[in-house]
Amino acid sequence: MTAISSTPIELPWTPRRAMAQRARRHKGLIFGLGVMVLIVLFALLVPMFWIHDPYKQSLLERMKPPVFLGGSWIHPLGTDTLGRDILARLAKGAQVSLTIGAFAATLSALIGSTLGILAGYFGGRVDAAVSFLINVRLAMPVVLVALAVVALFGGSILVVTLVLGLLLWDRFVVVLRAATMQVRALEYVAAAEVLGAPLPRVLWKDILPNVMNTLIVIFTLEMAHAIILEAALSFLGIGVQPPTPSWGLMIAEGKEMLFFEPWLITIPGVALFFLVLSINMLGDGMRDITAPEGRN
Amino acid sequence: MLSFFVKRLALAVLVALTVSAISFSLLFLAGDPAVALAGENATPADIARIREIQGFDRPLIVQYLDWLFRALQGDLGRSWYFHLPVTELIGDRLSTTMTLGMTSILFALALAMPMGIAAAVWQNSIIDRVALFIAVVGQAIPSFWFALMLIVVFAVNLGILPSSGADSWQSFVLPTIVLGYYATPAIMRLTRAGMLEVLSADYIRTARAKGLSPAKVVFKHALRNAVIPVISLAAVQLGFMLGGSIVVESIFALHGAGYLAWESISRNDLPTMQALILIFAMFYIFFTLLADLLNAWMDPRLRLR
Repeated sequence: MTAISSTPIELPWTPRRAMAQRARRHKGLIFGLGVMVLIVLFALLVPMFWIHDPYKQSLLERMKPPVFLGGSWIHPLGTDTLGRDILARLAKGAQVSLTIGAFAATLSALIGSTLGILAGYFGGRVDAAVSFLINVRLAMPVVLVALAVVALFGGSILVVTLVLGLLLWDRFVVVLRAATMQVRALEYVAAAEVLGAPLPRVLWKDILPNVMNTLIVIFTLEMAHAIILEAALSFLGIGVQPPTPSWGLMIAEGKEMLFFEPWLITIPGVALFFLVLSINMLGDGMRDITAPEGRN
Repeated sequence: MLSFFVKRLALAVLVALTVSAISFSLLFLAGDPAVALAGENATPADIARIREIQGFDRPLIVQYLDWLFRALQGDLGRSWYFHLPVTELIGDRLSTTMTLGMTSILFALALAMPMGIAAAVWQNSIIDRVALFIAVVGQAIPSFWFALMLIVVFAVNLGILPSSGADSWQSFVLPTIVLGYYATPAIMRLTRAGMLEVLSADYIRTARAKGLSPAKVVFKHALRNAVIPVISLAAVQLGFMLGGSIVVESIFALHGAGYLAWESISRNDLPTMQALILIFAMFYIFFTLLADLLNAWMDPRLRLR
């Protein structure tokens, strides 16, 4: 028995297996994926099992230092200016960041990939019109427009998600347009057209699956972008509103104590840094393994 | 060149008009501007009077064209909060933001270009890896948090730089670092990629074969061609940075146009908000136009597209 199972079975060499092997050897990808999984688990599990409530204030327990600065294990990351447990708020804030990032990037992906694929497939006037839209969108100062619109409609998770989703589609269009142009020139697309496949079928079955890798890479990068922007809006007081914990808001709340208790802003800042770093490294890694010829 | 110039200019004008229509419509996005302007406790009669005085009762297209023609003459309306002409208000603040934008882009270029060149010349070496590491880390640091950390280190612990205000050149040091680092990863990556491409070209091999010194090959032959897209990117980044100055200026209490934008947003001062979005967009359009023309002038192949 053991003799048989110890000899590895030769599997046929498929592109999928080659990609899996490249993924296992890519340190950045493994690191990004690992940190990302840890943060998602943290966001899901801590609110379920942790003893403290992220909203419960306590005047007697204000600004307790974290355990590595001489605090106690009752509040491992300390408490904020209102005596709320930072670990619990950090986990709740991770949920906010991940939710806004994922949904905003999904909305952007829907808008951007539709425009990009249409522009790349049809070319000509459609392409010119889409290029014009990109030019207009790029000319709009993102932070300023997002701030103004969120301020007008009132900050909530829904409004912030929608505003960011409606603003961050430009990179999807630029990259998917180029990818679609390449795929469109391939024989099997021409074959499908000659066989009389209806247009939606060509776009959905022949074009989309072949630009999917590119789409996923841009999705991760824009998700990181949306998370940073949400934090910036909330930091400026015009994003997610208190008492909902957003990492940007936690940094803003700790700002007054900057001179005395700098760890209040260090902890959510480091969390934000690692979340964005892991998503970016995941995206960069996926680009490397799906298109190994296009590195550098 | 002339036809390229005309086409590119026409596109810029069209984009500018579209952006102006979008920023105009901001006024009506959140409901009736007359109600917003009248404030709480206003009677329906007050609101009707404001609507008439401000001309909100006219057809939208008439209001837009009226606003546009006034804007072209330099009249962007009056601030609802400061009760001053918006143009005057912004004009006072713009020089601070322009100074910050210029120092930041120069800082970013000074940091990113040598790094990108070194990374390309010694590809896959330790220098290349460090440069890539800096770029990856730099992209993940939120600028507002970076700003606060710099304040903790340089203003609080070391006490060598001011944390707010704009009284002297020292006040610009920390904001410049924060805003400039933001553009650094992109410029570094593009410099590296451009240099790698140029360094593998035939004419570089020829230059090396005829015995030129490595420094001469890199700086005189390679850099000259690799730098074109970098300059173009720097112009685009400068446009982005002016729009992003709102975060940095509000943290360092640097009273520029970005700070004014933050004030106008937190005080619901719609005309000022509208005007600032328009002005930042115009800067972006101008800088990208400049970059495209510069590119076409330096690289004639681009004019044919």
